[in-house]
Amino acid sequence: MWDFIVERRDDIIFNTYQHASLVAQAVLLATVIAVLLAVVVVRVPALAGVANVVSAIGLTLPAFALIGLLLPLTSIGVVTGFVAVTFYAILPILRNAVVGLQQVDETLLESARGMGMGQLASLWRVRIPLAWPVILAGIRTSTQMSMGIAAIAAYVKGPGLGDYIFAGLVRIGGANAVNYAVVGTVGIILVALVADALLLLLGRASISKGIRAA
Amino acid sequence: MSTDLSKTPDTTTGTTTEASISGAEIVLDEVVKQYPGQKVPAVQSLSLTIPAGEIVMFIGPSGCGKTTSLKMINRLIEPTSGTIRIGGDDVAKQSDNELRRQIGYVIQGGSLFPHMTVAKNIAIVPKMLGWKRQRIDERIDELLDLVSLDPGKYRDRYPRELSGGQQQRVGVARGLAADPPVILMDEPFGAVDPITRQRLQDELLSIQRELRKTIVCVTHDIDEAVKLGDRILILQEGAKIAQYDSPEVVLGAPANEFVEDFVGSGSSLKQLSLTRVRDVDLIHPTTATVGESVAEVKRRAEANGDTSVIILDQRGRPRGWPWLRQLKGDTVVEPTEDLVDVDLASTLNDALDTMLSSSHGGAIVTGDRDQYVGVVNFDAVTDHIRAIEEKARD
Repeated sequence: MWDFIVERRDDIIFNTYQHASLVAQAVLLATVIAVLLAVVVVRVPALAGVANVVSAIGLTLPAFALIGLLLPLTSIGVVTGFVAVTFYAILPILRNAVVGLQQVDETLLESARGMGMGQLASLWRVRIPLAWPVILAGIRTSTQMSMGIAAIAAYVKGPGLGDYIFAGLVRIGGANAVNYAVVGTVGIILVALVADALLLLLGRASISKGIRAA
Repeated sequence: MSTDLSKTPDTTTGTTTEASISGAEIVLDEVVKQYPGQKVPAVQSLSLTIPAGEIVMFIGPSGCGKTTSLKMINRLIEPTSGTIRIGGDDVAKQSDNELRRQIGYVIQGGSLFPHMTVAKNIAIVPKMLGWKRQRIDERIDELLDLVSLDPGKYRDRYPRELSGGQQQRVGVARGLAADPPVILMDEPFGAVDPITRQRLQDELLSIQRELRKTIVCVTHDIDEAVKLGDRILILQEGAKIAQYDSPEVVLGAPANEFVEDFVGSGSSLKQLSLTRVRDVDLIHPTTATVGESVAEVKRRAEANGDTSVIILDQRGRPRGWPWLRQLKGDTVVEPTEDLVDVDLASTLNDALDTMLSSSHGGAIVTGDRDQYVGVVNFDAVTDHIRAIEEKARD
């Protein structure tokens, strides 16, 4: 096992980096899209139900199925993986962002308006900061989930640690089958733990002391 | 009431120094608000002049349109028709956000943004107006001082680290931040306990003495209206004016049955809200200063026939009101009790409230900077009520 890792050291480090990078970029893009969608959703109350249903159904959609659906559009490669991971990453963030933005006290928004804050200023300086802890919780869920989805993306030649898992699967019974699977799985868990720790630190730094749970 | 702006206020005579008016006149002209889908307008043609530098209280039963009327002044609600002018300028002709930055807005509980510090909350409007950082910082300290919060202690606190009364004070400071000529208040002191409310009202009055803004304040509490208002606007359903006059007239000569019912019975009790503590005779029981000899103090009190003494600190501020038997040791030490006192500008109503919760049957009165002035007791209040009743009989 140790030799297996040492031999493929550079390759493993590269794939780990690729995996983390794929998830980080996808979650970042997903956050921007989800928050923008949530802003629209809370403005049009009728959409709130739609958003909930979409994220509930979206999460039941098997990743393999989605990747299959995407293939004709984006063909085999990094793009398909990225799109699939981003799609799933949006859902938990969207759900939390809608709840978070809705939770902001109406009277606070009215007093922002009463002081002459424009729509954008009120959103950026009052509503999003107050919803941020809930949104960030969504980002954490989303990041964890994306680690697994990114592994599946390897099936269509997406980058990352998923390659090792599939390599293990095709070699079942072979010499290094278990090594491949273990390196892939443990690698993903480690990346996920590190990412979660980083997000916790981000929370410390970015959630106002005035609303942080003590 | 006439105010001559050409003359500088005379500060040599009179007991209080009149500050110059910094408020602006507000005129509502046939203002209507009709919500779509409702048969009857929420506000049916309201015409009203609010003189510069006065506090006008809007009061009426719930759903009478008082809050709607208030919110039309800063266009949080757009009137269906009619015009509103502030200092002669039609509000509808200005950009709504620019307009609101020139009108202070204070609502129940202060409505502070919980994710911003006290300083940041206060700085919101000045920042939007593009003030320089140093000017904003100075303004924050000045305002915290004005609302009796120590800037060094409270500037960097978050709202959740403040009591309800302190939050409300910061709310008032935030409303005053950019020195707007007009301040709108929507039940500002509704969310605090009665004693804190009384203090906040007193503070607002003393701030107003200094600033002379035009303040429009919605309340559901007739006592608050009588206490704070230079004028009271009593509204009936549809924001129809039932009466618009000074508190004295509203209480003494209600325009119709509606006002009479609304003002309620016990109007001589309500008159207590019109009289300030400084207008009645105070008594002067024995006082002692921290550090004095206890034996000496006891001798003095017994000579006066007092069974308790008021203890002042070195700067003449009352600190405690113990019974003689509670005085122990050789010298008078500073008491630790939480003494509730009333200001010279407090109403007799507030004083009565304080007296009822005091075991001494009186309330300690303080003047500027918390200096001890004397004690107001039940006799002073009953004498006053008797005088009012006699006057009413004549």
